[in-house]
Amino acid sequence: MIGQISKKRKMYICFMNIIMIVSVGVTCALVLFLISYVLIKGIPNITWNFIATKPSYLTGNIGILPDILNTITIIITTLFFALHLGVGAAIYLNEYAQNKKIVAMIEYASETLSGIPSIIYGLVGMLFFCQFLNMKTSLLAGAMTLVIMNLPTIMRTAQESLKTVPQSYREGAFGLGAGKWRVIHTVVLPECIDGIVTGCMLSIGRILGESAALLFTAGFAHTLHGFFTGLTSSGATLTVALYVYAKEQGEFEVAFAIAAILMILTLIINLLANWISYRLKRRIAE
Amino acid sequence: MNLRAKKVEIVVHGIFLILGLITVCAVILISFYLLIAGIPAIKKIGLIPFLLGKQWSSTEMNPQYGILPFILTSIYGTTGALVIGAPIGFLTAVYLAKVASDPIKKIMNSAVGLLAGIPSVVYGLVGMIVLVPTIRVGFHQSDGANLLAAIIVLSVMVLPSIIKVSINALEAVPKEYEEGSLALGATPMETYFKVSIPCAKSGIAASIVLGVGRAIGEAMAVIMVSGNVPNMPSLFTSVRFLTTAVSSEMSYATAGSLHQQALFSIALVLFFFILFINALLNICLKQKKAR
Amino acid sequence: MKKLISLLVVMILISVSIIGCAKNEKIVSTDGSTSMEKVIGSLGESFESEHQGVSFTYNPTGSGTGITAVSEGRCDIGLSSRNLKSEEISKGLVETVIAYDGIAVIVNPKNPIENLDLETIAKIFKGEIINWKEIGGYDSEIVLIGREANSGTRDGFESITKTVNECQYRQELTATGDVITTVANNPNAIGYASVASIKDSVKAITVNGVVANEESIKDGTYQIQRPFVLVTKADVKLSQTAQEFYDFCLSEQGKAIIRKAGAVPAD
Repeated sequence: MIGQISKKRKMYICFMNIIMIVSVGVTCALVLFLISYVLIKGIPNITWNFIATKPSYLTGNIGILPDILNTITIIITTLFFALHLGVGAAIYLNEYAQNKKIVAMIEYASETLSGIPSIIYGLVGMLFFCQFLNMKTSLLAGAMTLVIMNLPTIMRTAQESLKTVPQSYREGAFGLGAGKWRVIHTVVLPECIDGIVTGCMLSIGRILGESAALLFTAGFAHTLHGFFTGLTSSGATLTVALYVYAKEQGEFEVAFAIAAILMILTLIINLLANWISYRLKRRIAE
Repeated sequence: MNLRAKKVEIVVHGIFLILGLITVCAVILISFYLLIAGIPAIKKIGLIPFLLGKQWSSTEMNPQYGILPFILTSIYGTTGALVIGAPIGFLTAVYLAKVASDPIKKIMNSAVGLLAGIPSVVYGLVGMIVLVPTIRVGFHQSDGANLLAAIIVLSVMVLPSIIKVSINALEAVPKEYEEGSLALGATPMETYFKVSIPCAKSGIAASIVLGVGRAIGEAMAVIMVSGNVPNMPSLFTSVRFLTTAVSSEMSYATAGSLHQQALFSIALVLFFFILFINALLNICLKQKKAR
Repeated sequence: MKKLISLLVVMILISVSIIGCAKNEKIVSTDGSTSMEKVIGSLGESFESEHQGVSFTYNPTGSGTGITAVSEGRCDIGLSSRNLKSEEISKGLVETVIAYDGIAVIVNPKNPIENLDLETIAKIFKGEIINWKEIGGYDSEIVLIGREANSGTRDGFESITKTVNECQYRQELTATGDVITTVANNPNAIGYASVASIKDSVKAITVNGVVANEESIKDGTYQIQRPFVLVTKADVKLSQTAQEFYDFCLSEQGKAIIRKAGAVPAD
């Protein structure tokens, strides 16, 4: 075969092959470089003291415990609201909606939401939650902003897994005389739990990485609080703390240590999400 | 079904309808707030002087609010990022979708997923420490924090979305097309580039538009490497993007002042860019569906 | 039904948290200058450790924002690293100087320049001198690193060197630490930053032959300096906790903390 084609075609194939391999090489090299650079620079700076204490001006101690707790607080609060709203919306779209126009409108809205940059979320969050609803700069206002940001993700994943629940399950339950709502929450929802969990994982990843939307809504204090007092006071998440330490204070060891922690968390979340969606796919195949 | 159960059903239906409409409300809320907050300054300054003014000096005695430098920087930066990022991402996608063996594909897929998941401030941090000094030394500049640094960081950041969406589009090309081409004597490589890619072109276009959206909306990574002075853009000057103009001055603009309103107007302009890109994306996707 | 109940819980949570945002009496909130971070952070921390149950918050936003915040009642005490302007005083604001701080002119440690006089510094920042060799350094372009327009440090520096709004900055950065990092990474750079925050990664040059230290700042021979100011409202009484904090800043103990944080306490 190859012997029969002209020289020009051979050159073409060769050239395409080369640029393709180069591109893949560049991508691979970038990923490897980013991961190894951040981990090598960051991991030596992670100590128990660094993770488990709060920063102090008097002793010059730097610790990220408050930032870790703030991150957890924001993740829990955001997921709590986003899950209810997002799964609810998905249920409506998949189980209740009959009016095609409303469905199209909701789907268009969620596409638009997922395209809006986080800085705009930050601004509107500041105007609406912090000022209009008088939440001040607080973790709660930050979490609320993130709820809107993450709605589309959770809605889409929940909707996809709702679609995989066989119609026969519903018909069976209806046949037994159950009302629609009963069918949904006893038969349909338990079946699509792993789709919802995937959505959660994706959202956690996004919350972990978010900074622009949180700067104006959640602020950047490093104070230690309990869960509920924490919600009403301002606080930095890990990512915001990374920005503040790197950009505003020039403490690069700290910044890289946080970056390494974030990188490891991202890795874990990606693996988990992959594993869950793999299970989901296997179930569909069955 | 008894009456009570029926009532519960109606209430539940209503609740779900409200939940479903929350996304719509959110979009309306965002547009509404941006319009309310952004229009007054444009009215005071005038649309043309605002959009085409070349000077931004917000805190002088006679403040100037012209955002042309920001708009041009955002456009140049995004274009530059795509000029570098799109070919690399696209070719990687072709390799992964068509040529690569299964294990390589799996590993690369999770690598790309990881690239997408890295927080933007980490990109900014690495850019600040590695890229900026490299540019300063490599190009014999007095300072490395400039448009070029931002373009390179952005081009890395758009890679994952371009690769992922392009792979999906390429894998959706019907097998028969490729088999037909192979049967006619084309080599596999010719088939990929002359049959599969034209077939998947609207999906690939969508991936690039998605990349534009990501690049134009990025704030934190860019603010860390671009120097942040409102200059007219050129490759080696320190520049400010639409996004970074908002984020760098918002924390200290006095509430209710023309300065703060002007920042909201910048956000409004950015929002219009995004809406335009979304519309473009929808056109690409619709074409794909129509075929 | 479960869904309904959880929805109810959501509603209650929202309302509770909004109510929860209402004023807490045991809080001292401060807002303003980023240069004062170390000083005010140290003061706040020791104040907190001495008064059980009091929480101290500090928002590092910039002097201008801090002054606006206190006049709008968004915080108890505003922090400014410049004196109040006359129109701000006429709005009913009062200033209390707690410390003085020198603004160090910093260059990269590789730069051979050790001393500059005030006029040369002004010329450099106005862009009239653009190469280090004109003033005895290496042959390379001078990179001017400045602060954003709201900064008290920038205000202080520009008004003392008489370069207000004339500086040809190459980079405008939003924090003191950022300026120090940038200058530390670029051998051609020159910038300015609070003496209290200077690190070993940069070199502070002498101005008119005077080193910035406690004595030269106190007797005024180091010219580039500015006050650290607590801003309050004349007609509004501070909450008891805020008043205690205010007194604490001016006490002997407070002075010792200020000195330890690198600034010169006011008499």
